[in-house]
Amino acid sequence: MPSLDDYKGQNPAWCPGCGNFSILKTFKDAVVELGIEPHQFTIVSGIGQAGKFPHYLKCNTFNGLHGRTLPVATGIRLSNHDMLVIAVAGDGDCYGEGGNHLMHTMRRNINVKLFVHDNQIYGLTKGQASPTSMATDKGGPVTKNQPFGVLSAELNPMALAVALDCSFVARGFAGDAEHLKGLIKDAINHKGFTLVDILQPCVTFNKINTYEWYRQRVYHMEPEYNPEDRIEAFKKALEWGDRIPIGIIYKNNRPIFEERIPVIKDIPLVRQPFDIARIGNTLKEFY
Amino acid sequence: MDYSIKIGGEAGQGIQTIGDTLARVFSKAGYYVFTHQDYESRIRGGHNFFQIRFSDKPVMASRDKIDILVALDKESIEQHEKELSEYGQIIYDSVTLKQQREKSYFLDIPFVNLAAEHGGNKIMANTVATGAVLGMLGMELDILLDIIKDTFKKKGEDIIKANINAAMAGHDYAVKECIKCSFSAAPISRPRMLIAGNDAIGLGAIASGCKFYAAYPMTPSTGIMEYVASKAKEYGIVIEQAEDEIAAINMTLGASFAGVRAMTGSSGGGFALMVEGLSLAAMTETPIVIALAQRPGPATGFPTRTEQAELQFALYTAHGEFPRVIFAPGTPEQAFYLTNKAFDIAEKYQIPVFILTDQYLADSQWTFDEFDSSKIKYTDYRLRGEAFEKLTEYKRHAFTDNGVSPLGVPGDAKHLVVTDSDEHDEEGHIVEDAETRIKMVNKRLFKKLPLIRKEIEPPSIYGHSNPEIVISGWGSTYGVMKEAVDELSANWDIAMLHFSEVYPLPSINKFNYLKILKDAKMTICIENNATGQFARLIRAETGYTFNRLINRFDGRPFTVESLIGEIDALIR
Ligand SMILES: Cc1ncc(C[n+]2csc(CCOP(=O)(O)OP(=O)(O)O)c2C)c(N)n1
Ligand SMILES: [Mg+2]
Repeated sequence: MPSLDDYKGQNPAWCPGCGNFSILKTFKDAVVELGIEPHQFTIVSGIGQAGKFPHYLKCNTFNGLHGRTLPVATGIRLSNHDMLVIAVAGDGDCYGEGGNHLMHTMRRNINVKLFVHDNQIYGLTKGQASPTSMATDKGGPVTKNQPFGVLSAELNPMALAVALDCSFVARGFAGDAEHLKGLIKDAINHKGFTLVDILQPCVTFNKINTYEWYRQRVYHMEPEYNPEDRIEAFKKALEWGDRIPIGIIYKNNRPIFEERIPVIKDIPLVRQPFDIARIGNTLKEFY
Repeated sequence: MDYSIKIGGEAGQGIQTIGDTLARVFSKAGYYVFTHQDYESRIRGGHNFFQIRFSDKPVMASRDKIDILVALDKESIEQHEKELSEYGQIIYDSVTLKQQREKSYFLDIPFVNLAAEHGGNKIMANTVATGAVLGMLGMELDILLDIIKDTFKKKGEDIIKANINAAMAGHDYAVKECIKCSFSAAPISRPRMLIAGNDAIGLGAIASGCKFYAAYPMTPSTGIMEYVASKAKEYGIVIEQAEDEIAAINMTLGASFAGVRAMTGSSGGGFALMVEGLSLAAMTETPIVIALAQRPGPATGFPTRTEQAELQFALYTAHGEFPRVIFAPGTPEQAFYLTNKAFDIAEKYQIPVFILTDQYLADSQWTFDEFDSSKIKYTDYRLRGEAFEKLTEYKRHAFTDNGVSPLGVPGDAKHLVVTDSDEHDEEGHIVEDAETRIKMVNKRLFKKLPLIRKEIEPPSIYGHSNPEIVISGWGSTYGVMKEAVDELSANWDIAMLHFSEVYPLPSINKFNYLKILKDAKMTICIENNATGQFARLIRAETGYTFNRLINRFDGRPFTVESLIGEIDALIR
């Protein structure tokens, strides 16, 4: 059985008080409780403060490019579907730079677990607006790079995901570790592509969406809420403002992409032997 | 004998089917065949042609003169009548073209009516035309009938019968009516292999154990993906049409990281989107093979035409400094073996390797005696299973004597495989310090480079052994340059120096090609681009400057006559 000691990584280069610390701790707790060992999974991360995540624990790691976590994760899953593949990205990374990949990964329903550290700001590049930043006239920030304020409307990742029939759509909050741990475990246990958007206070650059701001608004969804009802889920997904629901907003049992590719139905691609002798027959087809 | 046949018409009229079928008949009859295609970026209409040259001696380029023109539309006659050889003939259907032609070299064959009458359906007009061409050539129909049986196997006896009748009708009509036909082409030897550039690359990939191909469609690279896809089931290959080229290269890198041989392909515009991923491959030392099939740019350019203008792009694109290898095959055969070499070198040194082709090579078919699968190299350089597990320690980017670190397959052992697009330490974790940086650049670049250089084969020389005139080039101009040398050798001491392994430039230790150039009186670099990119590369790397350049940049390939004319003008 793995222990927390097995998961001790490098020293985080995050600001003191950053919401990422709690996500990191909670994630480690979740995988330890699930009995997952470090070599049994791969984290693909992007670039940004969130992208540094896998260095701060222990696991197979592909820390790739800004915005490109999901295609790399997809390539890994298609080559080895015995491997648990987790993608970690920031809101700018995943909803901005990599937005197209997000849409299409949801469509494919590849069995990748995506965790977005959503601080509603570009952290690493020092405080520019992100796709989830609130517009300035709606109470959002004033930034150096947006001299006339944030004019674009904020992206609602939950509504986007429900619209695309994403297999598992959830929101967590870094300030509610116990609840978040449950979501992480549920996502890992779910068969299908999972999006968990984690509200993550950025103590340095986001002075609006603070711990306090989130605490006043987030609430756990009612026990009778049925996340398998897509219409209800869409309504839930649209809730953002004075009250922000956290928990599983939507889920379905769509078949996963990997299982629909006949050549990897039984054995993962990476374990399939290559028989060079067969090429002789194929060459004959050119005569 | 040396015949050229051109089938011209609108997109959608089936000129490719006629062309492909005839080419197969000739190669099965033992002839040397060369085909090339000229088509527009549209699905219907416009003017396209398919040109076949076949001979009892090796052929590897198109000629300007046509012996039989199959004109499926008026435009074909207008554009190509002037290309007719002395004994050339044009066949057409006056009913479809709604006009009668008087000149003696026209032969009116009612393709459509014969199809309706003998095949029971007008759509077999192309089969009639195919049969007619064989009739004009004095060839028997047996090979064509075998091809028809094979092609329509799944459609049933009735369809096969109807097509056979249509082919026979065309054949008999031509035999009877083409009184002026003086061609003769009986089968001469055992069948030859007939293969196009794109298929050869796909075949080379499969033969190298490629298990993953992700790409986004873009002419002229799409054929590679199509060929690999057609073999996906049989060979157990995962093939994914990505949402864009950025995704394609990143998926390919993910697959390679996970432990399988992986490849992507595109043309210039799509590859432009992959550039950051190329740099990622270099930093993470993830093996990858990239097929880059050139077409004329800038931007969308001529989508379906040919050019060699992405050499400098492939050479210098992507941020940062890192080793890369570029192969530019000159024939489908070279494409097959070089694709194999690309997979081997990519994995051996954990670097990106390019197969640089163009529309001309991608779509043109050549005949060969055989591809020798025993020459295929397959060494699995990855660290897997027990071998991986039994290591006491593992660092993905460990410093080693040759700069190559063990390439572990994640999940195969308790050891973790960690890599990063940031500068990283031996374990693969993000670092900031200068000392590690220097060591890593040494490892990735300076230690590997000399070893990679040693793998590169020298250019091939063809023609005079002590030439006064040297024509030089790279990639798809191989065939046309070789034929030009054959013709010009009668009057000149001329040789061709052809590079198919273009970067790193081959060293002069194995073969001193620079001496050949320096000793010649006149050296000409021939390129299908406007500025002479390869000549520039040679000058940058060796200081040698070619005396003259011949450049063609109208989107069309060189033909034997056009090239000879240009060379002749320079050396006379
Ligand atoms: C292609 C590319 N563009 C821009 C950058 C610069 N960059 C690095 S991180 C980042 C944004 C980070 O914001 P986010 O993804 O929300 O992550 P956070 O730092 O907030 O966790 C940007 C713009 C980059 N590394 N690569
Ligand atoms: Mg952010």
